[in-house]
Amino acid sequence: MEPVEYIPRIRDNYARLGYKPYSWVVNADPPQWTPLAKPLSQCRLGLAASGGVYATGQVAFHHKDDTSVRDIPTDVDTGDLRATHFAYDVTDARRDPNVVFPIDPLRRLVREGFLGGLATRFHTFMGGIYSARRVTEDLAPKLTARFREDGVDAVLLVPV
Amino acid sequence: MGLVARQVEAAGIPTLCMTSALDITRAVHPPRAAFLDFPLGHTTGKPGEPELQRQILMEALTSFVSMSVPGSVKMLPYRWSADEDWKGKAFAEGDDRLPRRDTPQYQDEEDRGRAEGGGSPACPVCRS
Repeated sequence: MEPVEYIPRIRDNYARLGYKPYSWVVNADPPQWTPLAKPLSQCRLGLAASGGVYATGQVAFHHKDDTSVRDIPTDVDTGDLRATHFAYDVTDARRDPNVVFPIDPLRRLVREGFLGGLATRFHTFMGGIYSARRVTEDLAPKLTARFREDGVDAVLLVPV
Repeated sequence: MGLVARQVEAAGIPTLCMTSALDITRAVHPPRAAFLDFPLGHTTGKPGEPELQRQILMEALTSFVSMSVPGSVKMLPYRWSADEDWKGKAFAEGDDRLPRRDTPQYQDEEDRGRAEGGGSPACPVCRS
């Protein structure tokens, strides 16, 4: 079966609810490209995920255009991870955070030698930010600065 | 997330975007993507299936080496279920999203207590 087409379904939903139409970001121009500089087995990987994951003890995300970022140490106990989100069913993410924040499989791939290592911290946020400008001018620069500080060779991005 | 990917990559760090929403990802056009045809909320696998999660991540991460054309999307070969009934239901029954409140939405009250009490003593880094 073909993949779900989310754009028309979400557009129809908004119309039905009387919201103003969501304008999707469409980038016709090709993205800039940075090749991987060394084999994966020598790379330090960074990660950012938008599933609303936080570690207990941190202030949870809120649900209205939250552009804040939580830094999660990559030696975190998986049992200390939590999930909060307005836009998807968090039942499975609360049962096993790895479905939106794949910390355990990545740690395993490091132990197995497939990856060189992980950054000392990963980064999470909420997503569902209505303004593309707030993403490009606030959230994306914050994440880019963190990845630079983390000294990562490649970045995995996990939306919901 | 595609916007973040484009900006991080332009800053000189290679990126790979996981996705379960192929049309949205194609529109935003990140440098590299790996598509997993699962319901939203399962971008990197099924709960409680560590071997599947590992396979998915390994195959996706290989894109860093195998891809050479900007904007490529790797189609991962996994299905959520044999019948794929979930596809008919996604977003088809109206909006069941939660109201958008601008105060912290904790998973449980114990988390609120820990955060408001200054963080878990076991996890000082978590207080940021």
